[in-house]
Amino acid sequence: MSNIKEPDMAFAKKIIDAGGKTLDLCYQCGTCTASCPSGRMTAFRTRQLIRKAQLGLKNDILPTEELWMCTTCYSCVERCPRDVEIVDIILLMRNLAVQEGYMAEAHKKIGANLMRIGATVPFGDDMKQLRAKMGLPSNPPTTAGNEKAADDFRKIMKKTQFDKKVGGA
Amino acid sequence: MAVKYGFFLGCVAPLRYPGIEKSTREVFKHLGYELVDLDGAGCCPAPGVVRSFDEATWLALGARNLAIAEKQGVDIMTICNGCYGSLFDVAHILHEHPEKLKAVNEILKEVGLHYSGKTKVKHFAEILYNDVGIEKIKNSVKNPLPNMNVAVHYGCHFVRPSKIKHIDDPERPHILDELVEWTGAKSVAYKDKQMCCGSGGGVRSRNPKLATEFTAEKLKNIKAAGGQYILDVCPFCHLQFDRTQKDAVHGYDIPVIHLSQLYGLAFGLPKSDLGLEAHATPVKL
Repeated sequence: MSNIKEPDMAFAKKIIDAGGKTLDLCYQCGTCTASCPSGRMTAFRTRQLIRKAQLGLKNDILPTEELWMCTTCYSCVERCPRDVEIVDIILLMRNLAVQEGYMAEAHKKIGANLMRIGATVPFGDDMKQLRAKMGLPSNPPTTAGNEKAADDFRKIMKKTQFDKKVGGA
Repeated sequence: MAVKYGFFLGCVAPLRYPGIEKSTREVFKHLGYELVDLDGAGCCPAPGVVRSFDEATWLALGARNLAIAEKQGVDIMTICNGCYGSLFDVAHILHEHPEKLKAVNEILKEVGLHYSGKTKVKHFAEILYNDVGIEKIKNSVKNPLPNMNVAVHYGCHFVRPSKIKHIDDPERPHILDELVEWTGAKSVAYKDKQMCCGSGGGVRSRNPKLATEFTAEKLKNIKAAGGQYILDVCPFCHLQFDRTQKDAVHGYDIPVIHLSQLYGLAFGLPKSDLGLEAHATPVKL
């Protein structure tokens, strides 16, 4: 029984067409893996992820936890001798994963908070009081303190169907 | 005439560390700058999460912020590497890809806005270093800080990707070390100084254990080098270092200070303007 995987060039092309045009420049030197702080602490291997992308191994990319271990620090991008836009490619593949429904609950929660107040973190009365005590307006001049602005923010997320992508939050 | 910027607040500073917002307002007022509020601006939106989820949404929400600044006739100043990462990159992408600019403007019609591509995005540390400069800053220091050993944390999106951001050397930057030393404090060298805090890319929320491992490594290296304070230019790195010492990695208690707060201290602002009491790791000065 062979466990050799078949390349899926249609999926590789999907990544390239979405903006990952430098994907094919990679010659697998491994400078990215050697530079990756996440790879020091986990089994995440940047070079391997890029190789999988070149071969279009969709099921070895989209459902995996490794895809979400990059902190987007750009150390690999700064050192890549082939100018592969590694972080952009990882982000594009995450977009494709989300389209297939692979999204962590913790991330859906952030999406829901963005839908509520246009901010990544919740905003409560204790913080309003602290702001006022410091001589700042208790509501900041942002979506978090301006219902009309939060509504505009929501309208954009509905228009791009972001609300559905993050689980109909 | 005073130089004017649209002050982009983002999420974490105004909603978690209002001292960073307050110090920035006071420090720039002191330097003769006029900071105007960007009326109804939202999340930048966060590069690690929103860009990971859906690029079209990231571009459109970023363009909304850029359009608000354009409408008010100001360029943007950010106090956060994440906000800088998103807003600078969105402006760059829309500049390079007219078809993407056209697509976001179709979406912005929905909220009565239009972005023509004029807004410039600057990080406040870049403004302090390049525009305000050493002379004016040194003259503003009323309370020199000679006894502080400061471990500077650059974070990731301030100088990288250097292909589009030409602020400093991405491997051996020096801007923040100089900005710290202009106050009289000492910037200490430490192992793996350029390493990420661990919070970016959606890692803090999705994989907090991994984010914590990054931070633990940095704390260990900072302590070994005798760093007494951690200096950041990003409220999200700030949150990661500050909260992790309280919630996950014990035994350090290294106070975390945003550059705006350090400048507030050096410029002699009242302590009540710095908001240090909102920090999880106590700041003993």
